[in-house]
Amino acid sequence: MSEITPSQTVGPFFAYGLTPKGVCQWRPNSGFDWKETAGDNLITPDASGERIRIEGCITDGDGAPINDAMIEIWQADAQGRYMHPRDNRSIPNARFKGFGRSATDKSGVFGFSTVKPGAVPGPNGKAQAPHIVVCIYSRGMLRQIYTRLYFSDESANASDPILALIPPDRRDTLVAKKQMRGGQNVYRFDIRVQGKDETVFFDI
Amino acid sequence: MTLVYPKESLSAYPKHLSPGYRSTIKRSPSKPLIIIPHTLSELTGPVYGHEAVQENDNDLTKQHKGEPLGERIIVHGHILDEDKRPVPDTLVEIWQANACGRYVHVVDQHPAPLDPNFTGAGRTVTDKNGYYKFITVKPGAYPWRNHPNAWRPNHIHFSVFGHSFLSRLVTQMYFPGDPLFPFDPIFNSVTDEKARQRMISSFDLDNTVPDWALCFRFDIVLRGREQTPMEH
Ligand SMILES: [Fe+2]
Repeated sequence: MSEITPSQTVGPFFAYGLTPKGVCQWRPNSGFDWKETAGDNLITPDASGERIRIEGCITDGDGAPINDAMIEIWQADAQGRYMHPRDNRSIPNARFKGFGRSATDKSGVFGFSTVKPGAVPGPNGKAQAPHIVVCIYSRGMLRQIYTRLYFSDESANASDPILALIPPDRRDTLVAKKQMRGGQNVYRFDIRVQGKDETVFFDI
Repeated sequence: MTLVYPKESLSAYPKHLSPGYRSTIKRSPSKPLIIIPHTLSELTGPVYGHEAVQENDNDLTKQHKGEPLGERIIVHGHILDEDKRPVPDTLVEIWQANACGRYVHVVDQHPAPLDPNFTGAGRTVTDKNGYYKFITVKPGAYPWRNHPNAWRPNHIHFSVFGHSFLSRLVTQMYFPGDPLFPFDPIFNSVTDEKARQRMISSFDLDNTVPDWALCFRFDIVLRGREQTPMEH
């Protein structure tokens, strides 16, 4: 019998501890010397690949924006390699780490600047379409919920082994829609935690 | 060493919907979660924070000009995997209310004083034995609006990474003997008595420093155990 430590909610007050510029935001003149651990800009100057923006809004079962959520993303680099010892294929893309955090604003909006990930290996040697693992925390969530973000302009989605496990009428909730804005690709990824058009979450 | 992450281990976790904690009612998925295999995307995870963490980030009593008010405490322990092996070199982040039960967060409206010498955020990276240590003050209990006369037991919020994105854990550390335990729906969202006990730190007299600070021990066990030969 396993004895893991149970999860508890992140609560409403995590921002100054966990999310970008948190401390400075709440106590501008404290003189508190604190460096960011993880922010919403994953791009390193030496990272190769297409620069993209990801934006979305997270809403609850009433469709109300969740203004105190934290979204974490984990992704491969443009060549599809993870910056992690378990991915031993080759040296990952320079200093690109592939991890980001964004706190939602008062409208429930989060956003990331990153590079588009490449395809990564999947089960039984089958490639997975480019995707990003998304993890959500908030007051009212006693444990994190996991989902994935896929890209609307990827034909590989049609043969992705994970998307294939999802009922066809719900797959669309995981596909971020490409929009052009000021010459930049912005992928729109709204998260509906509950109810009609509920985002697909994973039991992993 | 190849780690696997059996889902049965998650049986100790709270359910997403736990109506006693009212905010879960509209913030929990209503459709069944989809079962997917653990791919490279889940079995890897952030190796993070080492560049950002500074030497004194684990001492919450030294982040300002003066010392914070309250009962100075040491909180330490080991981060372990399911086989009880240490998880070295992993980021541990904490945040908490001050001794009066007030967070510096602007949304916290509890009419208790802020402490100009206390922010309440700390972090560290575990050493090669999976060991971590913080120095802080004991957080106060605080009221919330979940139900009439609702108060949270004293707690420190923890965020830990571990070996993969599946071992990622956000939890709360409680203090032994808290009279608020029976009334707290967040604590009791963990329905198994033994699992609840694993969120409670233990008083550590051996490491209590004479004339200086009480010590509490809090070991954290993350998901992940070694693959057995049969599973290869
Ligand atoms: Fe709290």
